[in-house]
Amino acid sequence: MYDSGKIITGLVLFVGLVTLPFWYSIGKAQVKPDPSLNTPVINQMKVKHCIESKQFMIDNHMELLNDWRNAVVRDNKTLYVSTTGQSFTMSLEVTCFHCHSNEKQFCNQCHSYVNIQPYCWECHVKPAEEIANGH
Amino acid sequence: MKLLVAFISVLVLVAIPYLGITYAGMSSVFGIIVPYAAVIIFILGFVYRIIKWARSPVPFRIPTTCGQEKSLPWIKQNKLDNPSSTTGVVGRMVLEVLFFRSLFRNTKTELRDGPSLAYASSGWLWLAAIAFHWSFLIILIRHFRLFSVPVPYFINVLENVDGFLQIGIPTLYITDVLLLAAVLYLFIRRIAIPQVRYISLVSDYFPLFLIFGIGLTGVLMRYFYRVNVIGVKELVMGLIALKPNVPADIGSLFFIHLFLISALFAYLPFSKLMHMGGVFFSPTRNLANNNRMVRHINPWNYPVHVHTYAEYEDDFRDKMKSVGLPVEKE
Repeated sequence: MYDSGKIITGLVLFVGLVTLPFWYSIGKAQVKPDPSLNTPVINQMKVKHCIESKQFMIDNHMELLNDWRNAVVRDNKTLYVSTTGQSFTMSLEVTCFHCHSNEKQFCNQCHSYVNIQPYCWECHVKPAEEIANGH
Repeated sequence: MKLLVAFISVLVLVAIPYLGITYAGMSSVFGIIVPYAAVIIFILGFVYRIIKWARSPVPFRIPTTCGQEKSLPWIKQNKLDNPSSTTGVVGRMVLEVLFFRSLFRNTKTELRDGPSLAYASSGWLWLAAIAFHWSFLIILIRHFRLFSVPVPYFINVLENVDGFLQIGIPTLYITDVLLLAAVLYLFIRRIAIPQVRYISLVSDYFPLFLIFGIGLTGVLMRYFYRVNVIGVKELVMGLIALKPNVPADIGSLFFIHLFLISALFAYLPFSKLMHMGGVFFSPTRNLANNNRMVRHINPWNYPVHVHTYAEYEDDFRDKMKSVGLPVEKE
């Protein structure tokens, strides 16, 4: 083998880089996300139901919020009629956080786990819980 | 024909996990066994190829004629294109690996009316290549968010820069568009230019289709048919912690994506994609042009027995003396 010093150093570096996720995960506890519905408002609800079905909300909440923002900010429409015929005010702070007042135990559970950084807080004020805690 | 073979191969690679997941429920095969096997084949194959190349003798240093070599002190040397020192070589390699400098020099020859022969710089291939490679690298690094808890800060920076247009939800990544556009360009170039098409093989089309398939499934998963990304991360984290388990409801699109990537990883060491490691072995790029300063001994030279004049004289001294020839040693 020629230039073995350089080549083997390079190979070791390369294999180390390729297997980096394996090394990086050693000794780190794996906490799976567990969004909590334990808020005062939700606890008082007889039928625990979001504005749409649970699966729809899991899959599409981001698009729904994006559509809401565009509707409110650009088209001045503030009323959302759900598939069950109920009307809701299109507002993250008034509607969503009315029930889901626990951002850290709800939103951030999944968002932090897969490193999603929604830009909600560039405009919106965080839920009351956060403000009360001085964040 | 070659194009069709490659295209159908990739279609088969898409069909295998789709059928396996949808009809046979083989999620542990496609979620655990295939990715592990692919990574092992990739690493062993890569090391094998590199060691095999490293065992071939280093050729005589090839003076590239891209720039002025080191000469008389009043002639200005082109230190990057024709380096005579290790530092210069490192500089040349960095430019080659990161910016494809020799591809940038790509020229096109045309016979025009007249008739006259015209040479012109042809930068499109370089542009598409650089867009493709850098996008691919950034996308690969971005995927680290699914491979780490907690996610390192630089991944956030990368995601924010990549998605700074903030188009739609989830935010459109610039590299996703660039990658698909560049692969498409490289493919169209291959079939549109007759000469390039003539020399194209199955092994040229296949990686293009495969990478396009990977990009497309990724884009579909992110922007159109969402998969359960929490489940995906659980699967990935299980794999890298060596405690694999497959969450139930991920979606077959993800398994197609994963299978195509596994195919790419397993295929890479045995294909032209090995230029990833091979670029570091380019003799015209990684050898300093110091032929006039350092003696380069051919490594495959074997010891030749040389019959010197002294030995010749020893053999024939008596006969030489008897006919009156002069000898050096009496």
